[in-house]
Amino acid sequence: MSTIRYTKEHEWVMVDGDVATVGISPYAQEQLGDVVFVELPEVGKKVEKGKELAVVESVKAASEVYAPISGEVTEVNGTLTDAPATVNEDALGKGWFAKLKLANKTDLDGLMDEAAYKKYVDGLH
Amino acid sequence: MRYLPLTEEDRRAMLARIGVPSIDGLYRDVPAGALLKAPVDLPPHAGELEVERAIGAMAAKNLGTSAVPSFLGAGAYRHHVPASVDHLIQRGEFLTSYTPYQPEVTQGTLQVLFEFQTQVALLTGMDVANASMYDGATAAVEAVMMANRVTRRKKALVSGSVHPHYRAVIETYGHHTGFAVESAPADPEGREDILAKVDKDTSCVVIQNPSFFGHLVDFETLCDAAHAAGALVIAVTTEAVSYGLIRAPGNTGCDVAVAEGQSFGNPLGFGGPYVGLFACKEKFLRQMPGRLAGQTVDVDGKRGWVLTLSTREQHIRREKATSNICTNSGLCALAFTIHLTLLGEAGLRRLAELNHATASNLADRLTGIPGVKLLNDTFFNEFTLALPKPAAPVVEAMARRRVLGGVPVSRLVPSDPKLANLLLVAATETVSEADMAALETALGESLEEVK
Amino acid sequence: MAERPSGTVSGAATSAGAGTISGNRGLMIEEPLSFEQGMPGRTGVDLPDVPKHKDRLGGLGRRNEIGLPGLSEPQVVRHYTRLSQKNYAIDMGVYPLGSCTMKHNPRLNEKAVRMPGLGDLHPMQPVSTVQGALELIDTLAHWLKVLTGMPAVALSPAAGAHGELCGILAIRAAQVAKGDARRRILVPESAHGTNPATAAAAGYEVDPVPADARGRVDLAAFKAKLGADVAGTMITNPNTCGLFENEIREVAEAIHAVGGYFYCDGANFNAIVGRVRPGDLGVDAMHINLHKTFSTPHGGGGPGAGPVVLSEALAPYAPVPYVVHGKGGFDLVEHDGTGKSFGRLKGFHGQMGMFVRALAYMMSHGSDGLRVASGDAVLNANYILAGLKDELTPAFEGTCMHEALFNDSFLEGTGVTTLDFAKAMIDEGYHPMTMYFPLVVHGALLMEPTETESRDALDRYVESVKGLAKRAKAGDVAYFQGCPWHTPRRRLDETLAARHPHLRWKPEEPKKAAE
Repeated sequence: MSTIRYTKEHEWVMVDGDVATVGISPYAQEQLGDVVFVELPEVGKKVEKGKELAVVESVKAASEVYAPISGEVTEVNGTLTDAPATVNEDALGKGWFAKLKLANKTDLDGLMDEAAYKKYVDGLH
Repeated sequence: MRYLPLTEEDRRAMLARIGVPSIDGLYRDVPAGALLKAPVDLPPHAGELEVERAIGAMAAKNLGTSAVPSFLGAGAYRHHVPASVDHLIQRGEFLTSYTPYQPEVTQGTLQVLFEFQTQVALLTGMDVANASMYDGATAAVEAVMMANRVTRRKKALVSGSVHPHYRAVIETYGHHTGFAVESAPADPEGREDILAKVDKDTSCVVIQNPSFFGHLVDFETLCDAAHAAGALVIAVTTEAVSYGLIRAPGNTGCDVAVAEGQSFGNPLGFGGPYVGLFACKEKFLRQMPGRLAGQTVDVDGKRGWVLTLSTREQHIRREKATSNICTNSGLCALAFTIHLTLLGEAGLRRLAELNHATASNLADRLTGIPGVKLLNDTFFNEFTLALPKPAAPVVEAMARRRVLGGVPVSRLVPSDPKLANLLLVAATETVSEADMAALETALGESLEEVK
Repeated sequence: MAERPSGTVSGAATSAGAGTISGNRGLMIEEPLSFEQGMPGRTGVDLPDVPKHKDRLGGLGRRNEIGLPGLSEPQVVRHYTRLSQKNYAIDMGVYPLGSCTMKHNPRLNEKAVRMPGLGDLHPMQPVSTVQGALELIDTLAHWLKVLTGMPAVALSPAAGAHGELCGILAIRAAQVAKGDARRRILVPESAHGTNPATAAAAGYEVDPVPADARGRVDLAAFKAKLGADVAGTMITNPNTCGLFENEIREVAEAIHAVGGYFYCDGANFNAIVGRVRPGDLGVDAMHINLHKTFSTPHGGGGPGAGPVVLSEALAPYAPVPYVVHGKGGFDLVEHDGTGKSFGRLKGFHGQMGMFVRALAYMMSHGSDGLRVASGDAVLNANYILAGLKDELTPAFEGTCMHEALFNDSFLEGTGVTTLDFAKAMIDEGYHPMTMYFPLVVHGALLMEPTETESRDALDRYVESVKGLAKRAKAGDVAYFQGCPWHTPRRRLDETLAARHPHLRWKPEEPKKAAE
């Protein structure tokens, strides 16, 4: 069973073995509004935790999506290129951005679990 | 004061409403001593007649191109602009409107921009075009910076065919913003082998067609070789009328086409404001600089237009924008679009042919003068003559005979003595038989006069 | 944004066009694209036959159709006249677009720029034949230098952002010349987007400076960020909140103390012309938007002009070209002989057409009138602020400069957003105020009436805004969400435009019914 973790910047990461799938949270997509474009990283790119992984654009804003963990990009969600609305429709599922090869398990330390993230988001209002 | 509606009574009443004793009271945050108590040392206000006289007096000291035979080009061209163009662009709804950020009250400007983008894409043979840049030179440097982003390389290769001002602008941006520029020497005979300089760091090759010296460029083989090395090809054009007669950059493999659009609809105006054209292949769409108008629908389902993909731009992206540009060249783009719409396919082709024919006949005529040599095998409406004397004093001597007989290359490239005798001569549809005869005479006499 | 309002609204005609056979609604006439009206072979320009000549195209001639439509002159005139009628303009009414300075554009300026001897000058004519043009440029430069209290001006930048780049490159060149290249530029969070974009374009790291509770630069935070790696700061004054930076001299002294330069964004110069000289405040460089302060027309998005005044320290690094007084009159320096100039920013000599217009405007006002104009601009903004402060919520206390800034607290709980409110202004016959800028104020509404508005016009404007605020508070959300109702097009689907970019007409599209 995979576990989901969240960052304060509203990315989520789900780890299954050494494969970490990354996306943005339902709260984040709601704040952005209609997503019109997603700029995905290249497969093979090595990203560092906390550094830019992708860019997500709505009509009026462009936001960086930061890598919640360090690792090499093994796969990107190409369907977002043609159907960016998927991020709005299914942020935690079909709207994933990229899969990374988890380099260091301790990267997950300090990220929030479902309950902690919910509390964090509630505190933002 | 004719521009100010408030009366003294208004001002008193308004200050009372605000609760401040005087206008100065509204400036209380200005540091002590910095608030001026009296007008600065400049002339006082003047009526319309006085201003017209003062500016008219300055204008009268100039020799305008409409007053004498004129053969000046080198990146700015005198064309006949139909009367309706200037009338339409002075309609207040166009002239005094802001950037169309509120689409419901700017559908006019937005539809014009959509037409402009379509025209530019068609002329250049490219997939997409933006809503204009400041001028041709700044469009060229924006194209280079886009090529750097796309290829993730940082060296632009600039051909000796490119206008010296465009080269200087690219070099200035490169030097100060962190990309390398390799500039080939000026190429008056159109013989350079630019491909020999392409390497794995080259992001783009910038080539002008027709070249600064007038030569036409065969892009096809150039593009294949540049692409094989992973570099983009940027085609620069300073005379947009040439698109009517010569192969378009998008049809010959170029990746980006930039141009000075002044020739359509815009007066010479001593060098500006002009309108930069920027067009490219669709795959670079999101890396493009500048504004874009896009088609959409309103809540009633009716077709309309908005500015779009603005997340590339500075007001949203701030320090991560594709360019720092905020303003485009809206009114000049409007003039361009109206002029081109008036011409249409048939009119543009005829206009371009007229330009070519006039220049071709002029070249034949001038090469009959002893010692004058034509450097071009090919050209559109401008060519380079090698004179037996330095071109700059010859041009001065012709001006004294009230003929504006061309641009000496040394004016733009003073550093190269090999270019001292070269004269750029342009002939558009505005040149008459009598003008040509006047130039022939003036050039002959001036060559004799100058030592 | 595509939802339709649930409530019905009196007077709102959501589908009024359906009531007419043509789809037109009186003066609101539907107009297809020029491309949808063309016929092959038709033209709006008569040209002579092409004379016999030797072909010199070398086989590089065009082989395909371009695809331009053919229209006659009356069709073209009608087409663009109809399109013009779908625009709002300063010629039509109040245009309170904050930070944009939409003031009256005198037609004298247009007449002047078209005079023979100005409009028909080629930029590469012999200098001996353009002495009057150089005199005009020199005169404009003199006015700008006196009004700003600065010793030099670079005239070639084509617009405000281009001017910013000019100023920042002059700063960079000055520091590089001293062997002191630096890394960071401090930019307030309230700055216009071009400031960070320009600093980044010039290779600098942008370090944001927070605003204090009074809407000014937080001086303590500013000082805390200073260091030997700071090249300079870019500060707008009056700032984007419409307030004068009262600690501007302290800011200038602090940046100078670490060897940095003070770039002032002069976008809001209209508030202080003839009353405050930036040169007296420690400014090293400032661009002036001739299309704002000096009334050159905005033209639906340009062209602009952004001359940059420079201090003694920066003047040697100015770009080419520039006008000098030579022995036989004026001369034009087109190539740097000193090795100090940072280079060239555009083709030819700058936006001459804008210089002529701006000078005509300045001469009309004169030193006395310019001062009255800036005072009236500030007075008008404060009159709006006073008129609206009870119904709307001012972002900051006290008086303002040339623009009045409100936040969206007054709309809290109404369901009406700043955007809805601005769109409702359109139906009242006004151009909306600037919205959501500056970013430091929540749901910002920024109103700049300029000196162009009469007291009557301001009274009517204030009544309209107040009336809308009352209507919003009364809960008429559906009305606002549907606004505007009375425009050629209603709210447009920007999401669709961005998701599926459609940026040009293509022939295969089905034709819409013409006229």
